[in-house]
Amino acid sequence: MEKFTTLTSTAVPLAIEDIDTDQIIPARFLKATTREGFGENLFRDWRYLPGDVPNPDFVLNDDTYRGQVLVAGKNFGMGSSREHAAWALFDYGFRVVISSFFADIFRGNALNNGLLPLQIDDDLLLRLQAAIKEDPELTLEVDLPQQTLTIPSLDEQVRFEVDPYKKMCMINGYDDIDFLRTKADVITAYETKRPVAVQ
Amino acid sequence: MQKTLFDKLWDQHVVDTVEGGTDVLYIDRHFIHEVTSPQAFAGLRKRGIGVARPQQTVATADHNVPTINQDQPIKEKLSRFQVDTLTQNCEEFGLELYGLGHPYQGIVHVIGPELGITRPGMTIVCGDSHTSTHGAFGCIAFGIGTSQVEQVLATQCLLQVRPKRMRITVDGTLPPGVVSKDIILYIISQLSASGGTGYFVEYAGSAIRNLSMEARMTICNMSIEMGARGGLIAPDATTFEYIKGREFAPSGKNWDDAMAYWQTLYTDEGATFDKEYVYRAEDIPPMVTYGTNPGMGIGVDQSIPAPASPSASFQKSLKYMGFEAGESLEGKPIDYVFIGSCTNSRMEDLRLVAEYVKGRRKADHVNVMVVPGSRQVRDQAKREGLDVIFREAGFDFREAGCSACLGMNEDKVPKGAYCVSTSNRNFEGRQGPGARTILASPLTAAATAISGHIIDVRTVLTPELV
Repeated sequence: MEKFTTLTSTAVPLAIEDIDTDQIIPARFLKATTREGFGENLFRDWRYLPGDVPNPDFVLNDDTYRGQVLVAGKNFGMGSSREHAAWALFDYGFRVVISSFFADIFRGNALNNGLLPLQIDDDLLLRLQAAIKEDPELTLEVDLPQQTLTIPSLDEQVRFEVDPYKKMCMINGYDDIDFLRTKADVITAYETKRPVAVQ
Repeated sequence: MQKTLFDKLWDQHVVDTVEGGTDVLYIDRHFIHEVTSPQAFAGLRKRGIGVARPQQTVATADHNVPTINQDQPIKEKLSRFQVDTLTQNCEEFGLELYGLGHPYQGIVHVIGPELGITRPGMTIVCGDSHTSTHGAFGCIAFGIGTSQVEQVLATQCLLQVRPKRMRITVDGTLPPGVVSKDIILYIISQLSASGGTGYFVEYAGSAIRNLSMEARMTICNMSIEMGARGGLIAPDATTFEYIKGREFAPSGKNWDDAMAYWQTLYTDEGATFDKEYVYRAEDIPPMVTYGTNPGMGIGVDQSIPAPASPSASFQKSLKYMGFEAGESLEGKPIDYVFIGSCTNSRMEDLRLVAEYVKGRRKADHVNVMVVPGSRQVRDQAKREGLDVIFREAGFDFREAGCSACLGMNEDKVPKGAYCVSTSNRNFEGRQGPGARTILASPLTAAATAISGHIIDVRTVLTPELV
């Protein structure tokens, strides 16, 4: 997994609430057997009109907005467990998604792929979306070790929460399997005590 | 100390706890399918390791398989490659596969219970969010991403933070024409598509207790549609009766030992939940959805909400669906009806549909697809003559798979067309680009197929169906 410590970037605003993983990557693009290349179909049905013509009204097709941070609406990533959603966002170039609420499975998938789901309150999210619309060059500073999001132009610095174990993994580029394999003896010992009913 | 059922099960499966509170959770059963597993096997190969406990993983092909001519090679190249990759991976890593053509093949959440693999007290995971279905047996069952599929294959464990606990109690007697799908659509409409996020839900109350196992599975299946990681129901006589005698169910002394354990699986009197909701079964109508997430549901005789200052997301949703705020869906003409998916593709669903449509014929303009959840369901339906009833009604009775629930195979709903569907998600484009999905019960779907427009089943119930 790619390491993540700090990031300073402009951001792309996508002020839609309840974005589900079927929008992030529709099911018909899940037929690949590798992790790469999903960025091409990120937000496919919003990004392209019939005939594969880029939709000029969709923010990823608007050159005004660029950057490695996606600022989405409330409740991001609900629905299907497809990790392809996290892969697509990462493959496209995003490293942070900001929202005021994340669906559980998406949050876990993102953290397992070096993509930081960064939760802020509703009020700041709305102000941030408005500020980016007003000034597309607005920069954000994300500091994972300090767990802070800084928005200099709004004179804001807020602390965000992240699971301490996942934080350590992201900073060091570790994944769960490296860690779990060190637990092999404890797992084997546990197995001797399992009830017959669940074996 | 009084414990919830969820906590009893969770505690039973904690192997170790990491600094910061993350648990190493042991997984009893792991289901895999062709779409979310290939990258996990590639990961194992890259690490040069095998599957830690091959007997605890079961594979099937369901998500992108065709639902006709399953005895022939899959025509669509990418789907064929993905299914072939699963077959090769199972051979290479020594895993049981119920692939296309196997008598046990079917939707992963249908075959686990019907084979007796799913049992009370287990932890069950799968790279599919509707793994919550198995919670109907008193399991901790939830969906995971592909990195976690790889974790389970590699170690039979997952790193997990314990979710909060919610209890939803439904007491009373369901009105005629209202079935378990309506209960869960009603609950989600009350709590919203994110109201359960961060929680694991226990369903309780007399209306839940009175449901069959298949009806309970429909409820637990859609727990994820309110954002909950999973849902569960304490096992009881209905559960044990269902499991007994199934292919992989314990027998003899193992059955007696299992029963002794299973009977300890309930929430202690006085145990506390982080959130509680109580509903009356009598208040639940036949439900339909009007928007683009499962929380946007109403009674079929009610009107779409008309908020004074609608959010942009609400407006976007109605525009996609081609509906107006304040209007009723009753009487709206429908183009497609889909009866299937891990939510409603079991024998009871098919029997209910058949009972309603027997001797009737679908409206001419409606395409109706009935997709059984498994080979076993399909075979049983044929033994009972349901295939004949469906054919005479003009319904297309197909072979087992996920089908038009997510439109990964050829079974899609065209752009702009309306589909009343017994599946679980009405997201934009879920059933095909531009498709407009209205979620409903199998009974509402059957009645809609016959009338050709959305109908309140309570107005057309016969005495046998009451």
